[in-house]
Amino acid sequence: MATEHDSHSTGTQAHGGAAHSDVFPPFDTNHFSSQLVWLALTFGVLYLLMSRIALPRVAAILEDRQATISGDLDHSVAMQKQAQEAVGAAEDLLANARARAQALAEETHLKLAEEAVETRKSLEKDLKESLEAAEVRIHAAKERAMHNIEEIAAEAATAIVQQLTGKAPEAGAIEAAIAANHKI
Amino acid sequence: MAASEQANDPIHQFIVQPLMSDHIGPASFTNASLFMVIVSLAVTYLMVLGTSSKAVVPGRMQAAAEMAYEFVASTVRGSMGQEGMRFFPFVFSLFMFVVFSNMIGLIPYTFTVTSQIVVTFAFAALVIGAVIIYGVMRHGTHFLHLFVPSGVPALLLPFIVLIEIISFVSRPVSLSVRLFANMLAGHITLKVFGAFVVMMLGSGALAAVLSPLPLIAIVLLTAFELLVAVLQAYVFAILTCVYLNDAIHPGH
Repeated sequence: MATEHDSHSTGTQAHGGAAHSDVFPPFDTNHFSSQLVWLALTFGVLYLLMSRIALPRVAAILEDRQATISGDLDHSVAMQKQAQEAVGAAEDLLANARARAQALAEETHLKLAEEAVETRKSLEKDLKESLEAAEVRIHAAKERAMHNIEEIAAEAATAIVQQLTGKAPEAGAIEAAIAANHKI
Repeated sequence: MAASEQANDPIHQFIVQPLMSDHIGPASFTNASLFMVIVSLAVTYLMVLGTSSKAVVPGRMQAAAEMAYEFVASTVRGSMGQEGMRFFPFVFSLFMFVVFSNMIGLIPYTFTVTSQIVVTFAFAALVIGAVIIYGVMRHGTHFLHLFVPSGVPALLLPFIVLIEIISFVSRPVSLSVRLFANMLAGHITLKVFGAFVVMMLGSGALAAVLSPLPLIAIVLLTAFELLVAVLQAYVFAILTCVYLNDAIHPGH
């Protein structure tokens, strides 16, 4: 172990002495200028690439995404509002239609009832008229029949009187008797 | 020899070496440069290619990119307000660079860019430089009110101003050292425990039987280092926000 450690440390020294100066490598000023030149070159190019291309591009991507998301959200909100409006309109329409149907039914009902009343009235009127006409006709018929009866009665009475008495009564006497009888 | 050196030496992973030439010049391409390029490409891959479809419903990559964006944006907005969003691309690049450096650095055989003090200090200097430049441009001399809190007795004022100045000056140091030290210490610890496993196995006898113990420790430490990698990047980003907030709203 000890020998190994020795060889290790001597190796370090031998190496440092042969290829490089004895200073600790990061403090070796020989390569400072080279490092600074290359650092300026690489970092300068990196800065230009980042500030000119990469960062504006990422910023644009993020902005684009933000716009897309908020646009989609706005769109969905608008769509939802539209859908709600459509639902409201449909409900209104339905209520309207229902009200109209009810009104129509009521109106039809009233009209039918009115018509029925009217029909009945006209029928009753017709019936009454024909009843009256019939009564008039019956009255006339009765009158006529009564008149005939009187004639028949007069004839019968004349014939009876002729048979009984052998001679015909006076024309006026029979009629007067019937009329007198009629009065009783 | 080289491989065993790499396995045993916990410092080896921090060595910066040129990949295309023998010596290091100001512009030579090193392993550090390579991983800076890899980190930048990884961040670019996630943020640019991942979002190329611009889908409203994101895929996995785009969701990750958006999460990173929103995380940093909420941090920036929370600490600086809407006005601070002008610094958002800067804080975002910084956070992504640091977090990817830390995470990629946890993969074995990689190089951790943020384990170099010069890198973290450069970032801290950039932040403080931005604070000073923006503060002076925006508020002029009023920016100096940052060092003069209102409602302090005149007697105490010199001391308070001195303390404020010291605290302001120490900011880049603490900001850079915090990240650097965390990365350095974590990687050294992992490496030391890894070396323990190899050494104990190689020694035979009782130590070889106990060698799974440091291996378990490595697993737990790796989970902890994942936490540290993200947490330190977050701390770096939020402190950047706090300091930049001083530039936007000087005076307490």
